[in-house]
Amino acid sequence: MFNYTLRRILTVVPTLLVLIIFSFYLMRLAPGGPFTSEKPLPPAVMQNVLERYGMDQPLYVQLWTYIKNIVFHFDFGPSFAQKDRTVNDVIAQGFPVTLTYGFWSAVFVLVLGIPLGIVAALRHNSFWDYTMTGLAIFSQIFPNFVLAPILVLLFTLSWGLLPGGGWNGGQWEYIVMPAIALGTSYMAGVARLTRGSLLEVLNAPFILTARSKGLPERTIIWRHALKPALLPTLTYMGPVFVYMITGSVFIDVFFSTGGIGQDFIDGAYSRDYAMLLGLAVLYSLLTFTLNLLLDLMYAWIDPKVRSNL
Amino acid sequence: MKIRSAIIPMLLSTTLVTAAFAADVPDGTQLAAEQVFTYRVLDEFSSFDPQVVEDVNGSEVVRDLFEGLYNQNADGEIVPGVALSHTVSEDNKTYTFTLRDDAKWSDGTPVTAGDFVYAWQRAVEPELASPYAWYMELMSIENGAAIIAGEKPITDLGVSAPDDHTLVVQLSQPLPYFAKMVSHATTFPSPKWVIDEHGSEWTRPENIVSNGAYVLTEHVPKERSVRERNEMYWDNDKTVLDKVVTLVIGDDAQGLTRWRAGEVDKTEIPSGQYPTLKEEFPDEAYALPRLCNYYMTFNVKNGPEPFQDVRVRQALSYALDRDVIVDRVLQGGQFSAYTFTPGATDGFEVPEVDYANMTQAERDAKAKELLAEAGYGPDGEKLSFTYLYNTSESHQQIAIVASQMWKQKLGVEVTLENQEWKVFLETRGNQNFELARGAWCGDYNEASTFLDLLTTQSGYNDGKFSNARVDELMAEAKSSQDTNPLYAEVEAILAAEMPVIPIYHYSTNIMLSDSIQGWPINNVEQTWYAKDLYKVAE
Repeated sequence: MFNYTLRRILTVVPTLLVLIIFSFYLMRLAPGGPFTSEKPLPPAVMQNVLERYGMDQPLYVQLWTYIKNIVFHFDFGPSFAQKDRTVNDVIAQGFPVTLTYGFWSAVFVLVLGIPLGIVAALRHNSFWDYTMTGLAIFSQIFPNFVLAPILVLLFTLSWGLLPGGGWNGGQWEYIVMPAIALGTSYMAGVARLTRGSLLEVLNAPFILTARSKGLPERTIIWRHALKPALLPTLTYMGPVFVYMITGSVFIDVFFSTGGIGQDFIDGAYSRDYAMLLGLAVLYSLLTFTLNLLLDLMYAWIDPKVRSNL
Repeated sequence: MKIRSAIIPMLLSTTLVTAAFAADVPDGTQLAAEQVFTYRVLDEFSSFDPQVVEDVNGSEVVRDLFEGLYNQNADGEIVPGVALSHTVSEDNKTYTFTLRDDAKWSDGTPVTAGDFVYAWQRAVEPELASPYAWYMELMSIENGAAIIAGEKPITDLGVSAPDDHTLVVQLSQPLPYFAKMVSHATTFPSPKWVIDEHGSEWTRPENIVSNGAYVLTEHVPKERSVRERNEMYWDNDKTVLDKVVTLVIGDDAQGLTRWRAGEVDKTEIPSGQYPTLKEEFPDEAYALPRLCNYYMTFNVKNGPEPFQDVRVRQALSYALDRDVIVDRVLQGGQFSAYTFTPGATDGFEVPEVDYANMTQAERDAKAKELLAEAGYGPDGEKLSFTYLYNTSESHQQIAIVASQMWKQKLGVEVTLENQEWKVFLETRGNQNFELARGAWCGDYNEASTFLDLLTTQSGYNDGKFSNARVDELMAEAKSSQDTNPLYAEVEAILAAEMPVIPIYHYSTNIMLSDSIQGWPINNVEQTWYAKDLYKVAE
């Protein structure tokens, strides 16, 4: 297990390097630069600006400097669009915000999605099953950009219960709507997956064997059926969780959370190369870490997987 | 050089002593107990550093944090800031500002002329690479351009401080509107001792020292910034608002929702909603004139052959019904434009332009006639071209309406092409277009900020229009005391040559809570200062 983990960690180095080089050149291919503006800078001013950001150097020198700064100083460089801040500042400020509402959104997804799925599976073809399935379908046809305004209309304008947006240091009332808006459709997905998977497992031969041995139904479900039934849910939650904690552009923009999702889009529009590259590296690291954690969890849940490591 | 004495200044200099300062609260007004103004901006600020900030919203904050030589009043006229008055030399090339002696930085240090010298040198120094260095160049300060180009040291900049309360500015050419330009954020003073200590982090709330009516107390990028009353500000006693909160809300509709919920006092109105909101909130929905124009520019350098014919350009301009675009499409209180310079520009008298006085039916008839004369239209060659605009719902609406008008009235085939903003800028800037959308907001409140755009040497003249007489008139205007006849002639040439099609002059549509008073609704640059506002009890 240790060797496996080490091996996985080491593979991230060349992967990241390729990603940085690829993204670096790809961004430069896009027309327009960070200092292209409606009121173009006079040539002398433009030259000064380019020098300031090291963009007067050949591309390979810029790339080398960038990699060097990350490796030796963990410095992603200055933001081209937010003049007084570095990419490190932006990440340090925005990532905890995104992580917070992403985490609570994931909690919302799991705490509601899994029990709903279990209830639906156990009460198969009953009123509860139909209600849960209806709810899941209903949730999935309301993507976050539809749900968020509805939540604000209800909770803010109609009932005056929650603020319409902002973050304010992460007080709970500012987290509720972003977490629900971000998580609802995934919660429905989790519920459906859990239901389907649990139904399948409950019909598996080893469950029938357990039943024939006279084990109580509660023990069968909690001790034998639920663990394997949750594997597809876990697989599903891996990328979803990465998506949640790396931020939703829409949630950040709509609820003005100050999370990093918006920075990625702003970076693309403003051709803030350093910001885009910094966030791409961050996303990659997060994706890698979560995937690794997921694989380790798989191994913990499933002995067959563990023996193959 | 002979400097005229400040003792006989009335005709030769501008002395500003009578203007109102800070909030002008009428007697008997019941002020709200909590003097907090909360407003919404679309994007995060580029910077809080006066010499680095480049966006409109950032400049609004910087105007509260720092004070320049002059401020603007509710009508956009300059009024004393750190400077009380100025004198101008006989050759109009030396400006001498007299600074007040009670101005202080927020740490208690007196504001001196040296702080301005430092800031202005900073604005042109290549190392800082200020994105608004070009503005200092535009101000024609002696040696400014050479310093920006790295050819001279910053100490050669034509600005000096003979004593703490006198600032002398030497210009390389006479500039009659120079005094109007010093209310711009780039010209605000900056504290050397703080910048030396904290470097680029000097604008953080924990480090910043400023000389304006407010100090920055909190900044959460992409979410909020808070500025609170500066007890050291010279006019603090007349300042009413205690706190100003700026919220970044990146969605117009959500901004409006939060205004409705009472979370913000001011927000922009989403496109197309002004008429409805005006009906619902007659006292809180505003359409305010702005110092900006919207136009289409012909590529006269390497555009299609028909565009070399002035009759074709005129025909296309005449056939556009601006009133329909303004009243039916945009519906935001914009003004139909027949001149390049907005009528709201300070001191600009809108000249008589022939086609502006015709009815639309007359313009349509003339357009057909002109196009036929040029050999195009139903009996001639088919005219077709591509219209380029940047991705935006309202630009697209205008493009569609315009192309339909041209098609129906003149039989012209137009291909519409939209590009993402930065791509569009590059395409247009490299003259890879035929007809393109354009817009310009004045950098200062004077007609030359618009008309200079169409001079041959202008870097912003994307259509590459060139007319020797226009160049001559604009050069003459730099040293003339009576610029209106010169500007009128330039506008007449533009109407005759039609290198651009003026479409409309902007308005800004805002929802402003009626508890907030003192908003400068007549200031076409929308230059507002929180110190002039106050909140009344509801």
